[in-house]
Amino acid sequence: MTKPAAPTSEPYTTVIGLEVHVQLQTKTKLFCGCSTAFGAPPNTQVCPVCLGLPGSLPVMNREAFALAIKAALALNCRIASFTKWDRKNYFYPDLPKGYQISQFDLPFSSDGWLEVVDPKGAFSRKVGIIRVHLEEDAGKSMHDEAAGTADTRIDLNRAGTPLCEIVSQPDLRSPQEARAWLNELKLLLVYLGVSDCNMQEGSLRVDANVNLHIPRPDGSVAKTPIVEIKNMNSFRSVERALTYEAARQYDEWQATGAELGKTPKQTRGWDDPAGVTRAQRHKEESSDYRYFPDPDLVPVTVSEQQIAAVKASMGEPPTVLRTSLAGTWKISAYDADVLVNQGRELVAYFEDVATRVGEGKVASNWLQQDVLRTLNERGETIDAFPIRPEALADLIGRVQKGDFDTSRGREIFAEVLASGRTVDDVVASLGIAAVGDDELIALCRELLAANPKIVADVQGGKEQAAAGLIGQAKKKNPNVNPAKVRQTCVDLIKAMD
Amino acid sequence: MQPAELSAVEIVAAIRQGDMTAVQCTEAFLDRMARLDGSINAFLKIDREGALATAAAIDARRKAGKPLGPLAGLPVAVKDALCTRDLPTTCASKMLAGFRPPYDADTVARLRAADAVIVGKTNMDEFAMGGSNENSAFGPVKNPWDLARAPGGSSGGSAACVAADMAPVAIGSDTGGSIRQPAGLCGITGLKPTYGRVSRRGLVAFASSLDQIGPMARSAADCALVLETIAGHDPLDSTSLTADVPRYTDLLEQPLTGLKIGRVPEHYAEGLDPEVRKGVDEAFAVFEAAGATIHDIELPHAKYGVPTYYLIAPCEASSNLARYDGAHYGHRAEPGRGHRAESAKGDQAGGESQQFDSPLVEMYCRSRGEGFGQEVKRRIMLGTYALSAGYYDAYYAKALKVRRLIRQDYLDAFEKVDLIGGPVSATPAFKLGEKTGDPLAMYLVDLYTVATNLAGVGGISFPCGFTKGGLPVGFQLQGPALAEPLLLRATDRFQRLTDWHLRRPKQIA
Repeated sequence: MTKPAAPTSEPYTTVIGLEVHVQLQTKTKLFCGCSTAFGAPPNTQVCPVCLGLPGSLPVMNREAFALAIKAALALNCRIASFTKWDRKNYFYPDLPKGYQISQFDLPFSSDGWLEVVDPKGAFSRKVGIIRVHLEEDAGKSMHDEAAGTADTRIDLNRAGTPLCEIVSQPDLRSPQEARAWLNELKLLLVYLGVSDCNMQEGSLRVDANVNLHIPRPDGSVAKTPIVEIKNMNSFRSVERALTYEAARQYDEWQATGAELGKTPKQTRGWDDPAGVTRAQRHKEESSDYRYFPDPDLVPVTVSEQQIAAVKASMGEPPTVLRTSLAGTWKISAYDADVLVNQGRELVAYFEDVATRVGEGKVASNWLQQDVLRTLNERGETIDAFPIRPEALADLIGRVQKGDFDTSRGREIFAEVLASGRTVDDVVASLGIAAVGDDELIALCRELLAANPKIVADVQGGKEQAAAGLIGQAKKKNPNVNPAKVRQTCVDLIKAMD
Repeated sequence: MQPAELSAVEIVAAIRQGDMTAVQCTEAFLDRMARLDGSINAFLKIDREGALATAAAIDARRKAGKPLGPLAGLPVAVKDALCTRDLPTTCASKMLAGFRPPYDADTVARLRAADAVIVGKTNMDEFAMGGSNENSAFGPVKNPWDLARAPGGSSGGSAACVAADMAPVAIGSDTGGSIRQPAGLCGITGLKPTYGRVSRRGLVAFASSLDQIGPMARSAADCALVLETIAGHDPLDSTSLTADVPRYTDLLEQPLTGLKIGRVPEHYAEGLDPEVRKGVDEAFAVFEAAGATIHDIELPHAKYGVPTYYLIAPCEASSNLARYDGAHYGHRAEPGRGHRAESAKGDQAGGESQQFDSPLVEMYCRSRGEGFGQEVKRRIMLGTYALSAGYYDAYYAKALKVRRLIRQDYLDAFEKVDLIGGPVSATPAFKLGEKTGDPLAMYLVDLYTVATNLAGVGGISFPCGFTKGGLPVGFQLQGPALAEPLLLRATDRFQRLTDWHLRRPKQIA
């Protein structure tokens, strides 16, 4: 299945592995009952447990665990029948207990994969997943450098939010693939309701490990030291940072010849405005977390029945949906991909419209050309889109019936969108009415009488000359269907013979 | 009626029958505290006002004919390791000086719900680390039997306040012997229940897999009364047991005929004080006279108990105590004097300048340096070292393996016998200052008690005699998981046949 990206001009292969943290969409935190809602005033969603007050004890949130299993199953992972919690010890002000409850040597799931297929066929890549584990999030340190005080403020609302860490194999081979894979991962997790994957709100975070494999003339391969890149705030930054880093590593290798294994793994931070990665101080990267099993929590056993129950509640993942959508509605794989990639709500909207119209292709075209463009312009999602499926289906149906042409339909679409009125209202107010056959024939006769040259041209075999009448017809009656005008004119001229 | 001379069972009955009011009872004990605690230092906080208010409310409810809880009016002293909403909770550490938790420990909440009267918070070894109470940041507790001697620890304040009749009942916690050893050295009865029998929620953690809260009182019957209230499943403590709580006080009556008590010959090794040995032997004879049979058994890995304990407990402690960083609550060092600062003088190699990575790291280092005492620092260092990369397998992982062997020893032993008896400590109460210069000697005071915690089972200690010098000698019984009814029954039977537990220290009478 795996097909490499189109050969590039680079004299090396870029080897990339990703570490993705996603916050699970639970109502409450992983080990206490506090809300996980984003955006509350600082330190208002806290309790003795997530504040790490003396004597407080964690209790596992079973819903969070079930949601994590859902994510792992969707990533084709093996679910461990026995898993436990470990403490990862380090000091930081946004980590109130001085340790993070995480999973070390017995993660709840491992050995999965997620495939990404470029819809344009440029590449397909099945990326192995080493492990998925569950842990609690830390709080947020807000470095307030206003007024030169350089205070750091701590918000512990996020502390204890359930977080899944997904670690991929180093199977990605280009920054573009990495970005596409992240898109696919995000889509999957959003489809399953596991996470909202909102990078702005920090519910999805990515670190990347990258190095180069450089073939030497003698057939051996030089491997550059692995660098971990942090601080990337969007998938676009991931792609840019990896592109930059690959080029930087190649330059460095040419200059120094430094190879993997001879230097410790380096951590570099992505500086988005400057477009460069910068080395972080050695101190920041070397840690001994002194993992050990958390004695406050009991190990978790997972039964086949639990796994089956989660599986039963999964719904169709995007890969399955793409195939089924293309098959059901007879649309191309490319179209299905575009629609599915917009999320489950848009697919539901599409299917509603397509069902009412009775055809997939035309509904898909309207969605892609009109609805999606509008959503992009407005920065909105489909659930906030004012034209509901029945209204769009009605409009498309009238175009298909020939009541008016597509471009007239688009005008109506725009007007409905702008005014918030119904399709009927807009049609009426624009004076749009279906043009009857008799009316059309009368109009065409009038045009032919006024345009003998065109008549002669058509009679002379240049049928396309009839198109010259469409503009004039529209001037006289904006509601006429251009195709019908043309055909009627041609028919009338032929009848003159 | 003199409340200080009554047992907890009698106090509760007297108040319920109206022979005494809760206020009278509470006042009597508060008066004793006021009179005696200056020389004993068992309390870090005496809550006179709060206790009297609670007692008055109980009396008013009784007068109004409203229902009362099972411990109505019973004064209870609580070890300062348990969180109390309206009272400071310091763990006898400067690190937590002034800390007031916003919640009650589960045990405290259950006591309040049962209408007990919380009279104060008792002194202890800092963060429950120690066996003499000399590690308190607020001064050592004196043993009521000899004020020049240690009461044992870490629940030394709880043991001493009961021994001096300043409270009929106290709550302690036991991680490696911290209830049983001071109970033994102070001549009272102390029960460490099975791990998980009493919720740990709100108990400031020392070593989470070993910590257990339990009652300390004059007698097994009084311990049974209190355990009925504080035991039980707590859905907010994942390690708390779900088994039903029996009516311990109803299970005391049965005779001991046929009971098999194991004796571990190794407990009679070198170092066991002859007077302690004599007391222990006599106790075995009492049990035999009561119908029990004594059987020599082996706990082959018991000898590794202390080293195993002194790896597991410090490892967990090093992590449990990481939260005391000065950032969120508790002691915080004054703002940094820049990145370069003198290390705290006195404690460590003085005078050497220390390089800090950042003002934040400096704040951490100095807050912890100032807030923690020597023994706490020692154990944090031990635990941090033993969990570090490259040492984990040799120390922590190996200790866990030995712990499993010790647990198996107990399982095997309880196939053969019902309970295991023996000394609770090798010597009677030692002099204050006697062992403070030798941490290893101090660690050996836990010799007979740590294995109970490592195995997760229960143990009880009670007085079984006195030395010629007038110091109590303690006896320990250990039982299988959830054998509290049997531990209490055997001890109660012993106490019906002897009067050691009724003796009072003369010095402070």
